Amino acid sequence: MSDTNLAPPRFRSAIEEPRPARWVLIAIVVLGLGVLLFAPLIAVFAEALSKGWGAAVASLGNRDARAAIRLTLTIAAISVPLNAAFGIAAAWFITKFDFRGKAFLITLIDLPFSVSPVVAGLCIVLMFGANSVLGGWLVASGYPIVFALPGIVLATVFVTFPFVARELIPIMIEQGRAEEEAALTLGASGARTFLTVTLPNIRWALLYGVLLCNARAMGEFGAVAVVSGKIRGQTASIPITIEMLYNEYLSVAAFSLAALLAMLGLVTLLLKTVLELRHADQIAATYHR
Amino acid sequence: MHIEIDEISKAFGTTAALHPVSLSIPSGALVALLGPSGSGKTTLLRILGGLEFPSSGRVLFDGHDATGLSVQERRAGFVFQSYALFRHMTVFENIAYGLRARPRAVRPPKAEITRRVTKLLELIQLPDIGPRYPSQLSGGQRQRVALARALAIEPRMLLLDEPFGALDAKVRKELRSGLREIHDETGLTTIFVTHDQDEAMELADFVVVMSMGRIEQIGKPQDIRARPATEFVREFISG
Ligand SMILES: Nc1ncnc2c1ncn2[C@@H]1O[C@H](COP(=O)(O)OP(=O)(O)OP(=O)(O)O)[C@@H](O)[C@H]1O
Ligand SMILES: [Mg+2]
Repeated sequence: MSDTNLAPPRFRSAIEEPRPARWVLIAIVVLGLGVLLFAPLIAVFAEALSKGWGAAVASLGNRDARAAIRLTLTIAAISVPLNAAFGIAAAWFITKFDFRGKAFLITLIDLPFSVSPVVAGLCIVLMFGANSVLGGWLVASGYPIVFALPGIVLATVFVTFPFVARELIPIMIEQGRAEEEAALTLGASGARTFLTVTLPNIRWALLYGVLLCNARAMGEFGAVAVVSGKIRGQTASIPITIEMLYNEYLSVAAFSLAALLAMLGLVTLLLKTVLELRHADQIAATYHR
Repeated sequence: MHIEIDEISKAFGTTAALHPVSLSIPSGALVALLGPSGSGKTTLLRILGGLEFPSSGRVLFDGHDATGLSVQERRAGFVFQSYALFRHMTVFENIAYGLRARPRAVRPPKAEITRRVTKLLELIQLPDIGPRYPSQLSGGQRQRVALARALAIEPRMLLLDEPFGALDAKVRKELRSGLREIHDETGLTTIFVTHDQDEAMELADFVVVMSMGRIEQIGKPQDIRARPATEFVREFISG
């Protein structure tokens, strides 16, 4: 043959798409992200700043807004540690023991994802509301649950329960029980084994779960709306307050709070990304061996 | 330590992993549990180590009933099939783990722990790998670290589940003689699981041939070769 072209043949990776297909895929992703994610986010910030920085900041300094921020931080500060503990316990139980009904229990953990938060909120009202026996007694003894912080926390804990457990279960299944068993044969107690072997092995998954749980706990609307009674300055969290302000056509105030909530979520994501970058090698070591 | 297995059986739900088996292992012996997959070798080893509890029967250590002893109280040096090294700890920390886990009253001081770990690293002929992580070791090195970690607790016996299972033929041969040397040096009663009959015959003082949860034959390697007790043993060692 008279082919004098000596350039090496160009090999394509087996999973590489042909060029036009690749462009179409990239276009879809960019468009999707743009329309669904970036545009709304920019719109929120634009609306918040439509009357200038001063107005936005002033609306956040308002007494009710400050109360809402304080309440939301309180909700997160209580429900996230609770769900971290529940999540670890559930994942530990499911992955380290053999028992009947395991599949059912895993399904049960997902329940909060499949049940509408509003329904969850209504259940809490039915159980603890002033019209129920238990609720009536609690109100009479001065510990109201519904229309108060305990009910809001309960609703938030229910809605955000799956996040930590779902992060942990797959990695704990993958890691198996051998390291724990090794620790036990070396004389370590159950508690010591948990603290020195199990916990370090799941710490990254746990952190992700906690960050996601936190973002959701601060943003929960449906379940909290039902149990909170929306008492301004008392039981109105940030999302509830945003809705109320918006309905009253106070759009700068509503969008300023919305922007703040979005920022809290973005900070969470940023934190996750930074940690991932800084500890990439350690994460790789825990996940793949 | 003398180990006596007295009519031990184990059922997982409806599957019988072990039918009642009895076995007496003299102090200081190096014993191989040999048998095909699913014959109950791992189950028997885990019962000895206290990781699994028998459905019936007793385990005696030096004549004392040890059936109810917890895994920590057994003080068995256990080497797992996949080594089960702590992935987030260095080799040094892995080997020191058992010493650091001791109650304060009997925990050796820091300098003593360092001295013992260093000595164990020399024993397994890897004196320089203390600062490394398990993921940075070869299969053979991991296996030796797992052995050193098990030896660090000054165990009463050594239990190894397919210690050379995942290694290539050359490394297996090296580590085999390594195990023999360590056994002879420490004098520990040692039980290892294998489905490789050459390994069992070459290394062990006694071989226990198992099949389907039963012990088919117990004997010195040459006796089992010369006089297989059952049809199964004849087929297994010729195959
Ligand atoms: N945790 C468990 N639950 C249920 N069945 C089990 C469990 N562990 C072992 N078995 C069963 O007990 C029997 C013996 O298993 P064992 O692990 O002791 O075999 P083995 O001789 O070590 O096999 P291999 O050479 O494949 O490791 C098998 O039939 C196995 O399926
Ligand atoms: Mg086995």
